[in-house]
Amino acid sequence: MPDAVAKRSNIAAPPKPPDREALVPVVLSVRDLSVRLGGRQVLRHVNFEVAAGEVTGLIGANGAGKTTLIRTVLGLQVASAGSVERARVGYVPQKVVLDPDLPVRSRDLVGLGLKRHERRASWPSGRRRAQVEQLLAAVGALHLADARVGTLSGGEQQRVLIAHALASEPQLLLLDEPLANLDPASTQAVVKLLAQLAGSRAMGILVSTHDMNPLLPFMHKVVYLAGGLAASGTTEQVVRSDVLSALYGHHVDVLRAHGRVIVSVADEHREEGCETVAGTGPRLGPLPGPCSMGELPDGAREAATANGTTDGGCELAPDDCGPSTPRLASQRATKAAPVAQTAAEAGRGPT
Amino acid sequence: MSVLHALAAPGLLTSTPVRTAALLGAAVAILCAPAGLLTVMRGQSFAGHAFSDITATGGSAAALAGVSPLTGFLAMGLSGAGLMGALGAQRQRGRDLVTGVTLGAALGFAALFLYLSTTTTSASGATVTVLFGSLFAVSSSNWPVVAGLGGGTAALVVGFWRPLLLSALSPELAAAHGVRPRLAEAAYLASVAVAVALAALSVGAILSTALLVGPSAAGLRLGKSPWRACAWAAGIGVMSLWLGIVLAYDSYSWPPAGQGWPVSFFVVLLVIVFYLLAHLPRRGPRRHEARP
Repeated sequence: MPDAVAKRSNIAAPPKPPDREALVPVVLSVRDLSVRLGGRQVLRHVNFEVAAGEVTGLIGANGAGKTTLIRTVLGLQVASAGSVERARVGYVPQKVVLDPDLPVRSRDLVGLGLKRHERRASWPSGRRRAQVEQLLAAVGALHLADARVGTLSGGEQQRVLIAHALASEPQLLLLDEPLANLDPASTQAVVKLLAQLAGSRAMGILVSTHDMNPLLPFMHKVVYLAGGLAASGTTEQVVRSDVLSALYGHHVDVLRAHGRVIVSVADEHREEGCETVAGTGPRLGPLPGPCSMGELPDGAREAATANGTTDGGCELAPDDCGPSTPRLASQRATKAAPVAQTAAEAGRGPT
Repeated sequence: MSVLHALAAPGLLTSTPVRTAALLGAAVAILCAPAGLLTVMRGQSFAGHAFSDITATGGSAAALAGVSPLTGFLAMGLSGAGLMGALGAQRQRGRDLVTGVTLGAALGFAALFLYLSTTTTSASGATVTVLFGSLFAVSSSNWPVVAGLGGGTAALVVGFWRPLLLSALSPELAAAHGVRPRLAEAAYLASVAVAVALAALSVGAILSTALLVGPSAAGLRLGKSPWRACAWAAGIGVMSLWLGIVLAYDSYSWPPAGQGWPVSFFVVLLVIVFYLLAHLPRRGPRRHEARP
């Protein structure tokens, strides 16, 4: 993606130059990764990269292997094949249950995230306090500094946990389902915060979610997991009927209409949500280059043509989606969510 | 001084056993604070209780073998910690199960050792001391062992405070920082084993759990942060022991005349009183209201 690289070449401080030629530092490189868990092949030949300053969505249904992938990146899970190279990492786990009866304030939790030498050097001077408050301010949670973390709402707790993860000055931030159990307003706020942090801290962010819609306006890249396989690239390259159909191994409709993205999976393949895992498709690596029909496999091209994505699949004018909409409504298998921006904006996000 | 004399009988501060008891008690209370805090935060009060019974087994074995009670407390307590750690379960139900099984085994042996020591010797006084303690009877020859173990355990807890606290708060967060759960569990169990052994020396094996859990539970109500909760717990523990010693010293002039009441009773009673006081409703909102 040379054009994308050129766009973000102003980002400073490369942590470790990757082996390919690039101007944007790669903070996570997953190569041909396979993971077995209890005799089950959870991930197969997964390839993707996360660059500094980018928000990458890790999309997949429950059980698609998102948490396993994140745990493998963290080194908590051993890979059966392939490699993971990453820069300094911060992590916001899924399902952090904090007891509201324990006297642990937001500032205490963030302080526990500080690096060892920082803690030593900054105690007992006021510097440590200032550092913690700076981190809380960075996530817009300074007013919650003295509140017990266990008493905070889901969205507030998520902010404090992000501040805790930021305390170790990560170059790569991993978040496991941070949007689960958040109301729409909090979801929007957290997603915006992540996009802003990625830019301001030149940090790569990998955020897993079973529902990609809230992320669409802000994420630069997608890693889409289904059946242990992954497809990765920009939203336009991945979130399209031909690519997802190939990944799932059966027909999936992806439609963009009136600034909304609609993903439709036929009923018999649905397990949960619209990002269903059913069957296995051929291996899909990162799709290089701009999105065009010429680079698609033949089957995918046919699927795309049949689905009306004749303009290359990158973008559909609302008119193109018109005929498909009634069919979707009659299927009753559609999960649609509004997206604030058009597809063209969705792929780019804030920089 | 007149205030002190009104509170305590004359001679309190010049008595060597009292001074030994006060110093030992303070050291034990301070050591129990972080260990107890972790116990309450991890929701492992049952394990704390189990350690007091395991320690009682050690005391009864020591009485039978004719070695010092502290040796028995420590040997059995650390063995119990080793067993619990080896059987290691990370989820609450599994942990309670492992604790219960270890506790059952320990009590079985305690029954055997106590039976043997009461039938083969006539040392029922030793049994009472083991189970219910007598701070005044602690020999100052225990000092090197108490200081070494207490210092070592304090260093362990302070050195690993962050991983210990993180794993007590949320195992997921601890894992995110690369804390190995089995290692954190082992460090925690070892610190509790030593704290309970030393507490057993001062208030007796059976009552040691009150000294471990009580001040920490009160501290967690009063302190705003984990550190302050720990300071509160240490303070409440020290005050309970010192006031308990004063009251026990005074009780020699209470009926029945010239007998004196057991110091452990006063200490544990004071711990409960402090715990209840910590639960008094406070002025102002207890939980922070978020400002806009």
